[in-house]
Amino acid sequence: MTVTDRPVDNGVNVQALLDARGALSGAPEAAQFTWRASCTWRNGTHSHSTVDGFTGLGAEQHHRATYEFDVDHPECFASEDNGATPVEFVLVALAGCLTAGVASVAQFRGIQLRSVTATIEGDMNVLGILGADPEVRNGFDSILIRFAIDADASRDDLEAVIAQSQKRSAVFDVVTNPTKVLVELA
Amino acid sequence: MIQATAAVVGAGHAGLAMSRRLTERSIDHVVLERGEVANSWRTQRWPSLRLLTPNWQTRLPGQHYAGDDPDGFMPVAEVLATLTGYARLISAPVRAGTTVHAVRAAPQGFEILANGDVLRARAVVLATGACNLPAIPGIADAVPPSITTLTPLTYRDPGRLPAGGVLVVGASATGVQLAGEIHRSGRPVTLAVGEHVRLPRTYRGRDIFWWMQATGVLAERYDQIDDLTRARHLPSPQLIGTAERTTTDLNTLAAEGVRIVGRLGRVIDGVAQFSGSLANTCALADLKMNRFLNRADEWATTSGLDDELPPPHRFAPTRIDPRAPLQLDLTSGEITTVLWATGFRPDHSWLGVPVRDRTGHIRHDGGVVAGAHGLYLLGMPVLRTRASTYIHGAGMDSEALAGHLHTFLGSQRRSHPAASWAAADRHR
Repeated sequence: MTVTDRPVDNGVNVQALLDARGALSGAPEAAQFTWRASCTWRNGTHSHSTVDGFTGLGAEQHHRATYEFDVDHPECFASEDNGATPVEFVLVALAGCLTAGVASVAQFRGIQLRSVTATIEGDMNVLGILGADPEVRNGFDSILIRFAIDADASRDDLEAVIAQSQKRSAVFDVVTNPTKVLVELA
Repeated sequence: MIQATAAVVGAGHAGLAMSRRLTERSIDHVVLERGEVANSWRTQRWPSLRLLTPNWQTRLPGQHYAGDDPDGFMPVAEVLATLTGYARLISAPVRAGTTVHAVRAAPQGFEILANGDVLRARAVVLATGACNLPAIPGIADAVPPSITTLTPLTYRDPGRLPAGGVLVVGASATGVQLAGEIHRSGRPVTLAVGEHVRLPRTYRGRDIFWWMQATGVLAERYDQIDDLTRARHLPSPQLIGTAERTTTDLNTLAAEGVRIVGRLGRVIDGVAQFSGSLANTCALADLKMNRFLNRADEWATTSGLDDELPPPHRFAPTRIDPRAPLQLDLTSGEITTVLWATGFRPDHSWLGVPVRDRTGHIRHDGGVVAGAHGLYLLGMPVLRTRASTYIHGAGMDSEALAGHLHTFLGSQRRSHPAASWAAADRHR
């Protein structure tokens, strides 16, 4: 066993999260968030999205800056490849969400992280989106995420961290569970 | 108008235990029971059900198991006989066939409307249990009408189900037992599995409840549990009481041919959609089980019992079939029945005292209801300890709450509410 005076610091303010949980449990309206993005078509399959404001804590909120994303398809789909594909954004979102969860859960459990790397793969048969085979779904058949974690913890403890990260992940929930989606003409 | 010092609502194990404690303190009281003693056990449980706790643990104030099978699990019929005998033994003042329609605050206590009569009591103990109504998710409304739907309160035996496949929703104690029982009747079962608590029936030759008691888990107090809300809403462990003391888990059910799928997310256009998070749900349950077994092994070593007990071992991780479907068409005819084993909730709809939080749960501190002096809650999961969920735990809780109630009555007589409430608090 190593004894160290240095407190575990993964850069996550666990106390603030716990305080928020306590405060929001008593003020359910403030816990209601709405996340937003807007997307403008450029040309072909290329679009440009921005993320800026969102609603939460009972008020309108803003990111520190407007974040911008180009979305397109690769050249093998006869596109210009001005950005990542939408499905790759889903992978980015899932990996980013789970990684944030790993850092938070590790901090809460007193595990110092040195490095965390996730590789994520989603398998897809494109005959679905091409409408060539009605038996094939449009979305991913399966997604595999592999975390490489260097930390002061046993393998069992790290297994528990990634399990808990999935349990509390919004994007993991979005991807694994049905969500009601409405698309309408403005 | 009928007067009593205290009124206990419900003559199940909790209400009877409280009656005994009140009698010990010479507090005159009535026990109001809508049916007969142990009404829920009598009318709302399927016949093959047995207690999850072993017989040696199934005790009530002043009564221990005296039969010849201390390691067995009591069938429902025996629970009924035990509780009926107990009511007689303690001469519980049960008013059978008395349905409580309302409990309201009144000067110096409470007013109870029951069978058209009005009863006045200075203290009221809510002991109607935690499992009065099935907790069915809203998605149930979208199940096609051609499907027979059942809850554990209406289920009796598989022979009464239509032929064909059965979707059992929920894999806690009830779900795993009924999935196995129904599948063995020749109706192919699909089991939708959400968050669950996996535990082996026996470990190193001892019942899991022996371990939970020995390691002190069952004695953990409500005010020492980190996340009490979560503890109180934890699904019941995947355990079954059987004569053979066998372990039933997702692996044994899958080996029997039960199809294991993820949590039921929604039903849309007649198609049931299951969560893709099954692997993680099972990984979490395996991790938690192993964490408890580690604690058990450490306790055994510290207690010097390693020579007496068989050696430690671990159970196979839950195997997930990669072909587990993510959806199932409920209109195809493959599934004829859906059984909602999605838990239970209490029914306190008749309680007209404003003591609920925004989610509708009664606010209480270890059974002492907040905001209504003289009102108590008993027989609920993790009420005062983790044992509270089980019969013997409710029996233990009744001692603390009867003590509080007794002090409260005394303080009321001295009519110094503020000072005396502090005195009553000492019993917590």
